[in-house]
Amino acid sequence: MTESIITFDKVNKWYGNNFHVLRDIDLSVAKGERIVVCGPSGSGKSTLIRCINRLEEHQQGRLVVDGVELTDDVKAIDDVRKKVGMVFQQFNLFPHLTVLENLTLSPMWVGKIPKKAAEERAMEQLNRVRIAEQAGKYPLQLSGGQQQRVAIARALCLTPKIMLFDEPTSALDPEMIKEVLDVMIEMASQGITMICVTHEMGFAKAVADRVIFMDQGQIVEQNNPHDFFNQPQSERSRDFLSKILGH
Amino acid sequence: MQAQVFQPIAARPAPIKTDGLLAWIRLNLLGDWKTALATLLLGGLLLWLIPQLVSWALLRAVWVPIADACRVDGAGACWGVVAEKYRLIIFGRYPFEEQWRPLVATLLMVGLIIASCMRAFWKPWLGLLWLAVLATFFTIMWGGVWGLSRVDTDRWGGLPLTILLASLSVAMAFPIALLVALGRRSGLPAIRSICTIYVELIRGVPLISVLFMASFMFPLFMPQGFSIDVLIRVLAGITLFAAAYMAEVIRGGLQAIPKGQVEAAATLGLSYWQTQRKIVLPQALAMVVPGIMNNFISTFKDTSLVTIVSLYELTGAMGLALNSDADWRPFKIEGYLFIAMIYFAFCFSMSRYSHWVEKQVNQSKLR
Repeated sequence: MTESIITFDKVNKWYGNNFHVLRDIDLSVAKGERIVVCGPSGSGKSTLIRCINRLEEHQQGRLVVDGVELTDDVKAIDDVRKKVGMVFQQFNLFPHLTVLENLTLSPMWVGKIPKKAAEERAMEQLNRVRIAEQAGKYPLQLSGGQQQRVAIARALCLTPKIMLFDEPTSALDPEMIKEVLDVMIEMASQGITMICVTHEMGFAKAVADRVIFMDQGQIVEQNNPHDFFNQPQSERSRDFLSKILGH
Repeated sequence: MQAQVFQPIAARPAPIKTDGLLAWIRLNLLGDWKTALATLLLGGLLLWLIPQLVSWALLRAVWVPIADACRVDGAGACWGVVAEKYRLIIFGRYPFEEQWRPLVATLLMVGLIIASCMRAFWKPWLGLLWLAVLATFFTIMWGGVWGLSRVDTDRWGGLPLTILLASLSVAMAFPIALLVALGRRSGLPAIRSICTIYVELIRGVPLISVLFMASFMFPLFMPQGFSIDVLIRVLAGITLFAAAYMAEVIRGGLQAIPKGQVEAAATLGLSYWQTQRKIVLPQALAMVVPGIMNNFISTFKDTSLVTIVSLYELTGAMGLALNSDADWRPFKIEGYLFIAMIYFAFCFSMSRYSHWVEKQVNQSKLR
C-alpha cells in the first residue's frame, strides 16, 4: 500500500456520556485514494469525516492527517484545516456575500493573498465547476445544484490535499444531482484524496477505489465497489444494499 | 374527425371597476355592513374632533408671548409660551448670553450624526471625525479657553444635553453590547458567567436606580478628594444600561445564525474573530436592525430621566422653564406639545433611517 495520508488508530467518540458514535475505528487512507462511505442514518459516517478536520473531536485513539496528529492543539487544527476542504449537505455558503466573495474570503483573510490574485484564482475554480457567469450573484439567487458547485469551488480555492464530502447531493432535487456529481467525478480524475459520504451508488461505482460500509459506529465492511455491490459479505450490508438498490 | 364549428361565447357584463378613488372607498371603507358601520362611527368621531382641534390649535390660538392674552375667555392654544420660553426650554440653564455656544455645538453634533448615517462617510476616518467633533463640542460647551467663559456641566441642559447623552451612550453601548453578546456565547465559562451576570443585574433594576447610584452612591465609595463629573457618571450609567438590553437583542440575532455557517468558516481556516467579524455578525446584525433601532429610540427618550439627578435635559429644562414662572405655568400642555414635536422629529427620523438600513442589508436576499 502506498503512503497513507489519513490514519485512524482505534478512534472512539461519544456524544454525551452514553451515545457511543464511533467505535474502535481503524482506517488508513492512501494519498489520492477515493473513498465512499455509506451506511444507514445514525451510523456515524458524517461524524467520521467531521473528525478529520476536527469539526468533531474524538476522545480516544489517534488520528493523524498528513503527518499532523489531531489533538486539542489549536495550531495543529489550523494546520490540518488548511489541507482539508469540505463540502456540506446544506452547502453552507455565506448568504450575505456574493459568489465571488464567498470564494475569495479565505484566500484573502487566511492566505493573505492580494484581492486581485484571489479573484483570479476564484474565477479559475468557478470555471472549473462551470458556473463562472454567476460570480456576481448572491448564493440564494442560485439553484441548489449551482450552490453546491460554488461550495465545491470555494473549498478548492484553498488547494486542499484532501476533500471531504458530507452527503453533497442529499439536499438537491433529482435533476440537479447529476451536475454536482459530474463536477465531483471530474475532480476525482485529478488525483486529489476524496472521502465522500453518499448514497449515490452510481458515483461509488464510477470513481471510488474503496467503499466503506458503517453501521452503529463501526466499520462493518470495506471493499472495492465491484465486490461490495456484487458480493456484500455481511448481513447488514446486504440488508442495506437491498433497501437502497431494491427499487 | 369532426369539423370545428364556430360557437359565439355569450356576452358577459363588464367587470366592476377596481381602481380609482370610488372603487377604493367601496372596497375598503364600505365593504360589508360591519366595515360600513365602523367607517361611519370613526368618520363621525373624526368629523367631530378635527374641527375642535384645528380651532384650538390654530384658529383661536394665541401666538404672541403675552401671558394675559392667553387668559382671555375663549382663547385656544397658547403658543406664546413657546415664543417666550423656547430658549430656556432648548438650552436649559446655560447662561443666556452664551447660548450661541450650545447652538453651535448641537448643530455640529447633529451634523456628525447625520454624516455617520450616510454610506459615503463609512470610512476608517469616521472614528477620528467623531473624536474631533466631540472634542470641539466639549471645548465650546465647557469653555475656559479661546476667551470663552467657563460653564460647568451642571448648567448644561436642554436639547444639547439630550443629544449628547443619547448619541454618546448609544455609540458606546453598541460595541459593549457586541462584546457582551459574543461573551454570553463564549466557550469559556468565566467570560460567559461575567457577561450573564452583568446583563441580568442591569436588567433587574430600573434605569432610575442606576442613575441614582451613578449620581449619589458612586461618590461615597470614592476616596476623599477624588470625583468624577456627574455628567460622565450619568453617561456611564445610561451606556451600561442600554448595552445590557442591546446585548440581548444582538444575542437573539447570533442565535439565529445556523451552525453550518460557523463550521464552513472553520473549514476555511478562519479564526474565531475573523468568523465573527466576516460571517456571523454581518448576518446577525442585519437580522436585528429593527430591534437595535428600537433600543436606540428608547435610549434617546430614556435620557429624559436624568432630570432626577438634576441634569436638566430637554424635558427637565421644559419643567424648569415653566415651574419657576407663575404667569406661564398654566400653559404646560403647549410646552409639552412643543418638546413632543422635537422628540418625535428625532425618533421618526431614526425609524425611517432604520427602514433604509434594513433595505440595504437585505439586498442579498432579493431574488
